[in-house]
Amino acid sequence: MTAILIHLCLLLGLPPLLVGIITRTKSWFAGRKGPPLRQPYLDLWKLLHKGAVYSRTTTWIFRAGPIVALATTLAAGLLTPLGAAAAPLGFSGDVILFAYLLGLGRFFTMAAALDTGSSFEGMGASREAAFSALAEPALFLVLAIVCVPAGTASFAEAWASPWQTWGPAHPALPAAAVALFAVLLAENSRIPVDDPTTHLELTMIHEVMVLDHGGPDLAFALYASALKLFLFASLLVHMVFPVPPAGGALGTGVFVAGVVAVAVLVGIVESVTARIRLLRVPQFLVGASVIAALGLAVLLYRGTP
Amino acid sequence: MALLAGGALLAPILGRTDRAALTVGTASAVAASLVGAVASLAALRGGTSLVWRARVALPLGEWRVGIDPLSAFFALCICVVSGLAAVYGAGYLHAYFGKRRIAPAVVCFNLLLAAMLGVVLARDAVLFLLAWEAMSLSSFFLVTFDNDRDDVRRAGTTYLIASHVGVILLIALFALLARAAGTFDFAAMKPIAIAAAGLSNVAFLLALGGFGTKAGFWPVHIWLPDAHPAAPSHVSAVMSGVMIKMGIYGLLRVLPFLGPPRAWWGGVFILVGTVSGVVGVLHALAQHDLKRMLAYCSVENVGVIALGMGLGLLGQRYGNPALATLGYAGALLHTLNHGLFKGLLFQGAGSVLHGSGTRHLESLGGLYRRMPATATAFLVGSVAISGLPPLNGFVSEWLIYLGAFRAGATLPATGAVMALVTLPALALIGGLAGACFVKVFGVVFLGEARSDHARHAHEVGLAMRAPMFAAAVACLAIGLWPAGALALVAPAAVNLSGAALPADLGPLFNISLLATVLVALIAALALLRARLLKSRPLTQAATWGCGYPHATARMQYTSTSFADPVLAPFSSALRIRNAGGLPDGIFPAEAHYEKHVGDMAGERVLLPAWRRFLRTAHRLKVIQHGRMQLYLVYILATLVALVLWQLSGAMRR
Repeated sequence: MTAILIHLCLLLGLPPLLVGIITRTKSWFAGRKGPPLRQPYLDLWKLLHKGAVYSRTTTWIFRAGPIVALATTLAAGLLTPLGAAAAPLGFSGDVILFAYLLGLGRFFTMAAALDTGSSFEGMGASREAAFSALAEPALFLVLAIVCVPAGTASFAEAWASPWQTWGPAHPALPAAAVALFAVLLAENSRIPVDDPTTHLELTMIHEVMVLDHGGPDLAFALYASALKLFLFASLLVHMVFPVPPAGGALGTGVFVAGVVAVAVLVGIVESVTARIRLLRVPQFLVGASVIAALGLAVLLYRGTP
Repeated sequence: MALLAGGALLAPILGRTDRAALTVGTASAVAASLVGAVASLAALRGGTSLVWRARVALPLGEWRVGIDPLSAFFALCICVVSGLAAVYGAGYLHAYFGKRRIAPAVVCFNLLLAAMLGVVLARDAVLFLLAWEAMSLSSFFLVTFDNDRDDVRRAGTTYLIASHVGVILLIALFALLARAAGTFDFAAMKPIAIAAAGLSNVAFLLALGGFGTKAGFWPVHIWLPDAHPAAPSHVSAVMSGVMIKMGIYGLLRVLPFLGPPRAWWGGVFILVGTVSGVVGVLHALAQHDLKRMLAYCSVENVGVIALGMGLGLLGQRYGNPALATLGYAGALLHTLNHGLFKGLLFQGAGSVLHGSGTRHLESLGGLYRRMPATATAFLVGSVAISGLPPLNGFVSEWLIYLGAFRAGATLPATGAVMALVTLPALALIGGLAGACFVKVFGVVFLGEARSDHARHAHEVGLAMRAPMFAAAVACLAIGLWPAGALALVAPAAVNLSGAALPADLGPLFNISLLATVLVALIAALALLRARLLKSRPLTQAATWGCGYPHATARMQYTSTSFADPVLAPFSSALRIRNAGGLPDGIFPAEAHYEKHVGDMAGERVLLPAWRRFLRTAHRLKVIQHGRMQLYLVYILATLVALVLWQLSGAMRR
């Protein structure tokens, strides 16, 4: 019971903090002080208490988009362990459901964008569709590296021992970590794939899809994307950091430290790299798939002469 | 009990084929489907196999008809999808009254149903091939229903040629099998016989080619995107939903006759599945025609089924029955699922055509407000076909994924590599399918109307709405209660793999649980949003144009532009043709731009092969002069040669 409560607290409470940390890291690199870490929380609070403006073109799909996005991400969060060995609703085969729940959220976000009839939002949806389709194989190859040596298809079982990814899966670990980080950047619309802070609609991907949303809808959409970032970061942490599975304060502590470290790393990457051209993004993602596939091949052929 | 079930199945088949009028035809089709569905359910539950024999005055002996779990499962798919399509057809064909003769279409539709049931119930090769041919011919006449249109006639011809090339391979296959077994009876076609003859590999390739042509595997799918859109929409639903699955049924029926599977058979299935899936969905993305896009998407889904079958074969080859069961169960369940949502989507496309008068994607848009019922059903179908939870497409793909993970963990390296290709392949197919269907749903039903067709669209009648909703409810039911759906496919899958269901399918319950949690979360968030917005100002305005005040409906993102970045990384695998260009000059004239994606398989593989075949065939012209005397000489010479051959044989003896 306590474990589940801790899980829910981490799941609901931490995501906006990551966004704050990324912003602070970037500010530090730019020589600025930057907004306080609690700024994303304040923004969400403000948005939740506003009214909304709806386009006359839209239908209920537009209003459902952020709701479904947030609900699917929350449900996916119930499948992943967050520092403890168990996930509240984890089961054998949950890795597949995890990826497809995020897919459902994306489907409705894109549909909501198309519902406005705006060509900018259509453009964003189209790019999101293209890049996420290419990120999906990379994600599944990474999942295979994590799950195959453990003989399971469940996050909780794959990470049942803290050194699992350092033990049977270690030859492929660097490849898996690099590929998963690339998927994290792409799926969460970070530089070098997308720039969430740009001010030009033509260059945005994820942000332009939620251009017409306001008030609570926008709050849901922003919170869902922070949550998604948090979930990917938690996967990376469990893969790379030896999180003690027994739960308790130590496991949670290591986990939170790891997630913060991932956020700082994302901030550093965003500060020192430039955005790549849109035409190059597929190469970036296919590259991630190839790296993960190489890792998987190493893993499979290691024992055989 | 199962005997009763089989009898009930057969009676309506024989009794209803020659009805003419639409109502009678529909009523009998629906009644037959109901009886058939109940009967096959009963047979599935009974789990036994039965065979009846009937002596007929034909040279090739008696006909055998029987039912076992595999037949019963496919019969169930046929009955459910066709029953819904028959109801829909009653509404759809009303628009054609007075324009065209409907009776032949109704007769052919019922014949098609009967022939498909015949295919799955046949227990000997002769009856099987007869039913197969009846199925191909009745569907040919349905494809050419609009026979005053040039493209429809061409599609019909392509279809006829393709199905007969397939039949030639099948005749060769069954001849081989019957020679090894000494009879046409399926029961006698033991795996040992053909394996002893050393012909299992040849037979495998014949089966793959023959049945694969019907199923629509790449590259022999080229008839499919022409033929399916040409037929009336309810027929497209049946053809795409169940008729192409007869190819899958044939493979599943015949593969056990071929002896213990080789590893490369599984590899070939996974390769074919991957290529069909990816190429199918890429072409689906590139289409401008709603029904043609759905037809290409069938190629994709058949690819997914092939992936499951490949895992099943690998499981059998490496003595891993749990994997085999997962693979076959995934493949079979996807067959049922695809029947449901593809039927639904084709009917939705038919309703769009009926309501707006066009199926050109670039002229549609904003139909949600005009046709809310069709749009809602189409949305359910789109989410389901993209394999997303909490609907049925996810469940079957989940089984295949789970099989691949298990294969990776348990098979030796060679088998594991083949099986693990499934993971990224299925992931890519899933991602692209999501892109494809969000595009179609968005372009057709959301945004603003792009033409007067769309602006004046109207909702369709109850006879057309009801089947779509029934299919949508079935999709949701399987998604929310996958354990129940697994019970349907389990008997057949267990029969194929020869092992019991793996004990660890308890997670299906967890899928139900999570689907419920998801629905609850959505409801809770919707309530929260409603509460938050209750006392707040809500305003209606125009869509934010990013500072541009004169946006028109024609400026919306089109289907082509949506698909462009998705297709760009794959451009070397597609035949993209551009026509026209950008307006130029200071006072530009009217500009025009078209983009078409041709089929690589047709244009690069099959057409050149066909031309080479024709060139070779031309050489035979030397002996053809059209003179009667010469042909008489040929006949005489053949006869003399045969007599000499027989005589020499007799003398040697």
